[in-house]
Amino acid sequence: MKRFMRVTCGIVCSLLFWRIFCYAQPISSADLINNAKEYDGKRVVYRGEVIGDIMKRGNFSWLNINDGVNAIGVWTESTQIKDVTITGGYKRLGDNIEVIGIFHRACLEHGGDLDIHAETVIKISSGRRMQERLNISAVRFAAILLGILGAVWIFTLLGRR
Amino acid sequence: MILKPHLEDVKIVGYYLGRVILGLTIAMAIPFVFGLVTREINPALDFFIALEISLFFGLILTKLCYTEKDPNWMHGMIVVSLSWIAATLLGAVPLYRSGHWNSYLDSCFEAMSGFATTGLTLVQDLNHLSYTHNLWRHLTMFIGGQGIIIVALSFFVKGLSGAFKMYVGEARDERILPNVIHTARFIWLVSIVYLIIGTLTLGVIGILSGMKPLNAFFHGICIFMAAFDTGGFAPQSQNILYYHSLPLEIVTMILMILGAINFKLHYHIWAGNRKELLKNIETTSFFITILLTFVITAIGLAQTNIYPKAFILFRKGFYQLISGHTGTGYQTLYAVQFIYEWNHLGLAGIIFAMALGGAVCSTTGAIKMLRVGIIFKALLEDIKRIILPERAIVVQKFHHIKEIFLEDKQVRSALFITVSYLFIYVLGAMVGMFFGYPFLNSLFESTSAAANVGLSCGITSAAMPTLLKFTYIIQMWAGRLEFMSVFTLLGFLIATIKGKR
Repeated sequence: MKRFMRVTCGIVCSLLFWRIFCYAQPISSADLINNAKEYDGKRVVYRGEVIGDIMKRGNFSWLNINDGVNAIGVWTESTQIKDVTITGGYKRLGDNIEVIGIFHRACLEHGGDLDIHAETVIKISSGRRMQERLNISAVRFAAILLGILGAVWIFTLLGRR
Repeated sequence: MILKPHLEDVKIVGYYLGRVILGLTIAMAIPFVFGLVTREINPALDFFIALEISLFFGLILTKLCYTEKDPNWMHGMIVVSLSWIAATLLGAVPLYRSGHWNSYLDSCFEAMSGFATTGLTLVQDLNHLSYTHNLWRHLTMFIGGQGIIIVALSFFVKGLSGAFKMYVGEARDERILPNVIHTARFIWLVSIVYLIIGTLTLGVIGILSGMKPLNAFFHGICIFMAAFDTGGFAPQSQNILYYHSLPLEIVTMILMILGAINFKLHYHIWAGNRKELLKNIETTSFFITILLTFVITAIGLAQTNIYPKAFILFRKGFYQLISGHTGTGYQTLYAVQFIYEWNHLGLAGIIFAMALGGAVCSTTGAIKMLRVGIIFKALLEDIKRIILPERAIVVQKFHHIKEIFLEDKQVRSALFITVSYLFIYVLGAMVGMFFGYPFLNSLFESTSAAANVGLSCGITSAAMPTLLKFTYIIQMWAGRLEFMSVFTLLGFLIATIKGKR
C-alpha cells in the first residue's frame, strides 16, 4: 500500500511540475501577453504563421509568429528554421510552425522585449503563394466612374466656352 | 444678431475645398502608380477608383463654386476644417475597398488617424496588407504632418493672397519666410531632405538587421514618414517591436524629436544659427518636460521591477516617453502591457508627456511647448509681482527666434488652447468611462487621440463601441486643427440655420 501511495504521489508531483514549468498545449498570444507575469521564464508551446522577414543575426534569427490575434518575436538558432521557406505577407500565407521555448515578458538579453527563446521549432504545414485574380466588379465600377468623369470633364470644358 | 451667410460665402468655401480635393487626388496617384509598378493590381484598382471619386468631387466643386474672390479669415478656417473631413472621407475609400477594415467607419477612423498623424489603428490582419495600401497609410501621415493645406498651397494655390488665412487655420500660425507659399515649400524641402536621409539610414539598418533589401527600404520609407511626421503607423502589427533592433529604436527616436521641432527652428539651424536651439523657449521647455515626465515614468517602472536592469528600464521607458511626448505613438510594447505590466505612476508620466506635445509649427499635436513656456513665464511674472514691492515694474521676456516681451494677449491665447485641450482630454475619458472602461485607461486613450499621439493601452480596437470611434475621430480632428477652425465651422453652421438676412 505504501509503495502504491509513493508511486501515486510521484506521478502527481511530476504532473504538477510539468503543469507549472511547461505548458504542453499551445498557448495563444493573447493568453501569453495578458498573463505575461504568470508565464515569465516558463517553457511554453506557441503555434502560428511566420510573418514578414526572417531576420538573421549571427548564428541566430528572429522570427515573428502570428497566431491570428498577435505576433510574438521568437529568437532561435538559424539551423532550426532551415525548412521555413515562406513567410506571410500580401499574397503569401507563411509556413505554420510550432515553437517550444522559454517565454520572457521582458527579456534581459533583448532590451526588455516580450519574446520566446526557442528550443525546438517544428514546421507543421507549408505556406503558399496566392494568385491575385482581377476583381472584375471593381473594373466595371472603375469604368462607370470613368464615364461619369468624362461627362463632367466635357461639362467643365463647355462651361468655360 | 447672427447674420446668415451669403451664397458667395458658400461658393468661396466650395471652390477652395475643391482645390484642396484636387491636391489630394494627386497624392492618391502615388500609391496607384506604386501598385502598378509592384504588380498589385487589385490594390492599384482600389486607388484608381478612389482617385476617380476624388477627381469627380474636386471638379464639380471647382466648377459649380467657381469664384475669383479671395477667402477671408472665416472662409479660410472653414475650408481647412472641411478639407480634413473631405480628406478623411475620400482617403478612407481605398482602405475600405481593401477588405482589411470591418466597416467604412473603421476606414474613416484610420484615414483621420493617418492625416492627423495620430497612429491609432483599426486595421485587421495588417501583416497581410498590400504594400500599396500600407504605403497610403503612411503617406497620409506625411501629407497630414506637413498639412493638407500645405499640399494645396504648394501646388494649387499659386500667388493667392488668402493663402495665409488657410495656412493659419491648419494650426500653423508662424510664417518661416515672408511669403506663405515659400513657407509651404520650405516645409516640403525640409521634409524631403530628411525623407531621403532617413529612408537610407533606416533601409541600411533594416538590411543589417537581416531584412531583405527591398523590404528594408520599403519599411524604411514608411517608418520615416510615420516617425518624422510624429504619426506612429508601422507596416507590421507589432509596430517597432517587430524589428527587435536597438539602432532602429535610436534612429526613430531622433526622427521623432526632429519632427517635434518647430519648422522655423529647422530653418534657423539650417541657416547656421545653431545657438537658437539652446536659447529657444520651446527647446528648453521640451528638455525640462522630458526630464520631469521621464523621472515620473522611471520611478513608476522601478516600483514594478518589470525591468530589473537600469539600461533596459531606460530603453523601454524612454522610448515610450519620447514617442508619447513627441506625439508619435511608436511602441516597443504590446498595448495591454501598459495596463498589465506598468503601474499607475508610470502611466501618469506617459499621459503627462502625451498631453504636452512638441513644438508649434511642427508635426505634433497637443498643448505644445511654446504655450507651456508662456504659461510658466506668466506664472513667474505673477509670483514676482507678489514678491516685489508694488512700485516695481515687472517685465517678463522669452526667447523664441527673437527676444519677445510677454503680453497678456499671448498668455490668454496660450491658456485658451491649453484649457480646450484639457477639456477635450477629459471629455474623451468620460465617454470611455461611459462604456465601462476604467478611468486611467480611458484618460490614456483619450489623451492619445486628442493629442494626436497614437499610443494605445488596448481600448482602440475594431470591437470598441461606435460612439467611442466617433469620439476619437472628432478628438483627432479638433486636436490636430487646434480648435479655432472647428469652432469657426460650428459658428458657420449655426449662422446658416439661425442667422438672419
